[in-house]
Amino acid sequence: MTTTATSTAAPRKPVAWGRIALHLGCLAALLVMLYPLAWLLATSLKPANEVIASLDLLPSRLEWSNYTTAFEGVNDVSIWRLLSNSLLIAGGAVLGNVISCSLAAYAFARLRFRFRGPLFAFMIATIMLPHHAILIPQYIIFNQLGLVNTYWPLILPKFLATEAFFVFLIVQFMRGLPRELEEAARIDGCGPFRSFFQVVLPLTRPALITTAIFTFIWTWNDFFTQLIYLFDPEKFTLTLALRSFVDASSQSSFGPMFAMSVIALLPIVLFFLAFQRFLVEGMASSGLKG
Amino acid sequence: MTTTDIPAPTARPKRPATAPKRRPKREREGAAWVFLSPWVLGAIVLTLLPMAVSLYLSFTDYNLFDPPQWVGLRNYTQMFTEDPRYWRSVVTTVTYVVIAVPLQLALALVVALALKSMKRGKAFYRSAFYAPSLLGASMSIALVWRAVFNDGGTVDNLLGTGGWVNKPGWALLAVALLTVWQFGAPMVIFLAGLQQIPAELYEAAAVDGAGKWRQFLSVTVPMLSPVLFFNLVLQTIQAFQVFTPAFAVSAGKGGPADSTLVYTMYLYDRGFVASHMGYASAMAWVLLLVIGVVTAVLFRTSRSWVFYASEGDR
Repeated sequence: MTTTATSTAAPRKPVAWGRIALHLGCLAALLVMLYPLAWLLATSLKPANEVIASLDLLPSRLEWSNYTTAFEGVNDVSIWRLLSNSLLIAGGAVLGNVISCSLAAYAFARLRFRFRGPLFAFMIATIMLPHHAILIPQYIIFNQLGLVNTYWPLILPKFLATEAFFVFLIVQFMRGLPRELEEAARIDGCGPFRSFFQVVLPLTRPALITTAIFTFIWTWNDFFTQLIYLFDPEKFTLTLALRSFVDASSQSSFGPMFAMSVIALLPIVLFFLAFQRFLVEGMASSGLKG
Repeated sequence: MTTTDIPAPTARPKRPATAPKRRPKREREGAAWVFLSPWVLGAIVLTLLPMAVSLYLSFTDYNLFDPPQWVGLRNYTQMFTEDPRYWRSVVTTVTYVVIAVPLQLALALVVALALKSMKRGKAFYRSAFYAPSLLGASMSIALVWRAVFNDGGTVDNLLGTGGWVNKPGWALLAVALLTVWQFGAPMVIFLAGLQQIPAELYEAAAVDGAGKWRQFLSVTVPMLSPVLFFNLVLQTIQAFQVFTPAFAVSAGKGGPADSTLVYTMYLYDRGFVASHMGYASAMAWVLLLVIGVVTAVLFRTSRSWVFYASEGDR
């Protein structure tokens, strides 16, 4: 930060060496940061004998067969199956979070009810609650219900607004909306339900989009929950299929493993490129998690 | 509004006294509960009930198939006095937290300060540095990490250190570096906080003859302290729960020599691999208490170093 080039107001603009150094530093840092991604991409195209023990990032020839092998899938389950499993879970989670969290957020942000204060405090506290403290009993409950090895334990909680982080995010956003609109709607005879659906919800779209994107990415990346709830290879997600490589990754399966890693990472990269504004702003304004 | 203020739950929004009261109060209260019903159901069935169940189970032997057997405090005494692997996982986790969190926050702060005064390219850098925070949580990147830090991997080739992931003293550092790599999330929050410091404060300090360093110490640090505190609490809580990178780097085993056996991984091992659900529940409750205590201690010490501007929101 010492390089911040707010050079004391000189009459003629001097060469901003400080600024140039700043950019060079940032670019160098970026190169280091992006190296693992470049490595992943390069390795997914390398022939088996070059995967390791070669400093070269670029493969001597492009080994597309890694991708054809990856597309055949793992444990006799095709990659399309794995992809659609992942999509189903992520899609269900997105739908659940957007619906349930916006409903709860509206009540907290705009409606009055008994115990509102304590309940809001409790909701905030659950953001800090470690996942693992409730995971085992949740597992036992779902096990009792015979729902282990189905997608219900992964999707149902989202429909019950258990991700308090998003409730909080939407509450914060709704509080910033002008109250007058709802009051006008109320004078026109709108009850709370019509005000919510016709006035507030459309205005909350940016927060809902942020919720949807974060939910998608986090669910897509999630490993622990999928690991404990799913054990039928047919029901595996891409993340879980990658896990099969963790146990037994011989040198020969390296190429296909990283080809599959690229495929698993692709949706996140695309989401990020398409929505980075929402993601970064959402992060900055609500300020939680990563 | 700063990023840190978790709003006081008691702060009821003001309603102008003139607001028309068309509908009876009772009906509007009813509407609130309809909106709240999914959340209430989730809070009871998926949060409160599980917490109660796990507290109960922590005093039992339970293997998922036979009914739980009450064993009193045995899980806890066994954990604390007879289980060296448990202590191993505690030491590993604490070491990891102590390495990863300060490094990550320091890097986040330095980069945020660098970007703060930038006119061109700020948006680009901000997004680019943030990207690993989203990608890094994936199994894909965790696998890359294992390969890069393995024998013959890039780090070995560059530094000639041999494979970090095979060395007990170094494997945890590889895991920690994956967390540090994801410094973008706290950085974005730092940057948002920095931009809310009024420029007049710096001008006033400059008029008083404060140099850059003095301004940093006397303006930036106190004004940023709530955001710093917020990042510290959140990253610490998250770090205590690290799982995926340790799982991937050690091929699901917590090795070498249990050096990457983080707390949650041992919990997973006891509960879901060895089917000692009671023991794992006791571990979960200790984790809950420890995180609670650490958070409380952070809040307590914060009184002496976190500075809240008195004029409220901005």
